[in-house]
Amino acid sequence: MTRSRIKARFAALKAEGRGALIPFLEAYDPDPATSMAILRGMPGAGADLIEIGVPFTDPMADGPTIQLAGQRGLKAGATLAGALAMVRDFREEDDATPVILMGYLNPILSYGAERFCTDAAASGVDGLIVVDMPPEEAQELAPFCEKEGLDIIRLVAPTSDAKRLEVVLNASSGFVYYVAITGITGTRSADPAALEAAIPPIRAVTDLPVAIGFGIRTPDQAAHASRVADGAVVASALIDTLASTLDEQGRARSDTVRKVLDQVRGLADAVRAARR
Amino acid sequence: MTLPNTLKNGPDASGKFGGFGGRYVAETLMPLILEVEAAYAAAKSDPAFDAEWRRLLTHYVGRPSPLWFAERITQHCAQAAGRPDKGAKVYFKRDELNHTGAHKINAVLGQILLAKRMGKKRIIAETGAGQHGVATATACALFDLPCTVFMGATDVARQQPNVFRMKLLGAEVVAVESGAATLKDAMNEALRHWVANVQDTYYCIGTVAGPHPYPVMVRDFQSIIGEELRGQMMAAEGRLPDALVAAIGGGSNAMGLFYPFLDDGDVAMYGVEAGGHGVHTKTGHAASLTGGRPGVLHGNRTYLLQDEHGQILEGHSISAGLDYPGVGPEHSWLHEIGRVQYVNATDDEALEAFQLCSRLEGIIPALEPSHALAHVLKLAPTLPADKIIVMNLCGRGDKDIFAVASHLGVKL
Repeated sequence: MTRSRIKARFAALKAEGRGALIPFLEAYDPDPATSMAILRGMPGAGADLIEIGVPFTDPMADGPTIQLAGQRGLKAGATLAGALAMVRDFREEDDATPVILMGYLNPILSYGAERFCTDAAASGVDGLIVVDMPPEEAQELAPFCEKEGLDIIRLVAPTSDAKRLEVVLNASSGFVYYVAITGITGTRSADPAALEAAIPPIRAVTDLPVAIGFGIRTPDQAAHASRVADGAVVASALIDTLASTLDEQGRARSDTVRKVLDQVRGLADAVRAARR
Repeated sequence: MTLPNTLKNGPDASGKFGGFGGRYVAETLMPLILEVEAAYAAAKSDPAFDAEWRRLLTHYVGRPSPLWFAERITQHCAQAAGRPDKGAKVYFKRDELNHTGAHKINAVLGQILLAKRMGKKRIIAETGAGQHGVATATACALFDLPCTVFMGATDVARQQPNVFRMKLLGAEVVAVESGAATLKDAMNEALRHWVANVQDTYYCIGTVAGPHPYPVMVRDFQSIIGEELRGQMMAAEGRLPDALVAAIGGGSNAMGLFYPFLDDGDVAMYGVEAGGHGVHTKTGHAASLTGGRPGVLHGNRTYLLQDEHGQILEGHSISAGLDYPGVGPEHSWLHEIGRVQYVNATDDEALEAFQLCSRLEGIIPALEPSHALAHVLKLAPTLPADKIIVMNLCGRGDKDIFAVASHLGVKL
């Protein structure tokens, strides 16, 4: 099995002199085939790493855009097992692009923490972002992640002081996800100066790559974030595009996949042009 | 299982009661709850904080709440028993007589005083039936703090009188449309709002759930109920009661009644969950302990109504204050160690008890304690006549008359 696709990918990008574009999609949004087609198309459109959201009924860190994406996914039958199956299918043709699952703890506990880590690793998942699992509550999952070589990617926020950064970053692997705003996903954007000031304190504590997310919507913002840090996560802006293509019944249209991937391509071009 | 010498030491430093509780929140929230925890620890050891809270309870809320011997309910239970030696004495702890009509104000005042100490400039809260929202809006009016209450849009529609009360008190009521638009969604939205407004905002949680330190903090404030009861019962009967009965949604009134008696092994305790249409139905009840299993939601590990994939189910109860899919973590622990018996009462049983209490005692109870009373009506006839049951009458029923009328087919 390929170990640490995440490490390899960030190392390759560093050699290339640029940061990563990390687009997000919600599993089964709005149906399994469409979200699978978007996932398959993302590397070709320029995704360097991919984040897959696992729908949960109570996504307490997410804004309206991703809440609705999760509800569409759940309606289409999304489960944790279904998300793993998507990654398994994806791995049949792509063994290099790192895939990170982002979700909430309860579906994982319900699946069984140990069995989940075994199945996730076997399916080709590289890392997990478990939004409501701070380091203090990680003991149920972390040992199995370590055993299976799954990175635990943690969020740090503008509210994380020096003491907190130490606690969180020492419990992180893979990369660090810097939440650019005090708020929920997809609601507003950070100003560039604040971002530039926020990254050095993180670098002082960890050698891990840092990706910036929450509020990155445009190619310019993605380019800036990938230059200031090591990567940019774009989620709500892509979901907004997907949602705008759906018909009155919430079904995908023939241009849904293309429009989302075109946007990924635009973001990727900007990130590639922003060499350091 | 060996029990510790005391059951009153929880939670541990990580906020756990046995395996339940904790701080399962996004990292963006973590600094906030650590700040609340430190501030509460400091306030708790400050006699001036306690004195101010007690002054408000006495002169603003009207505590202590009376202990009432419900003689006609007692007679009713004795008749139901059909034997002269059966039918326990029934007392009501009358927290429905508090200002704002429920026990919620006890913990709200404590939390608002804490928010003032922390220098917070505005208050947010979630509410289901509206009682906690009304209590929070009341305290915010008193302390001149802007208040925003998050309430599921479904609940806004079915609890119009309380929505209007909150607005009269100067609060802003935000109707939450996400999910099923009930209490759990209101709590999600309040948590989201808090993250985005951390600098100046305090989140006043209404029950013994949420991330540590909320379960212990709300329990501590609500324990005034059980502490008063000890003295009142000694004065009335010269001994402790044999059984305590309280309704459970999140479980704050029950925790407040039970906690001071946890180490009194001869005092039996019954928490009454909302059985809705019956606990055999998949989504027709809100009995998390009877019909759920442990999981993580709203910052704590506890019993939850959830499907086989770990997705949270919507609870149902005739009472908007009980239809929460979780329960306070300390209750989950007391359930697992067997210290408290968790039972349930259906919508119909609660409606019966609601009407019986009105007719026999001249007290219109809220639908929440009507569930507790429904269990008292089952329990009392089975106990010897010299036993004593105390039920927490935690809220009054004014807010429920429209809902009850509609269930009884009466047009108001």
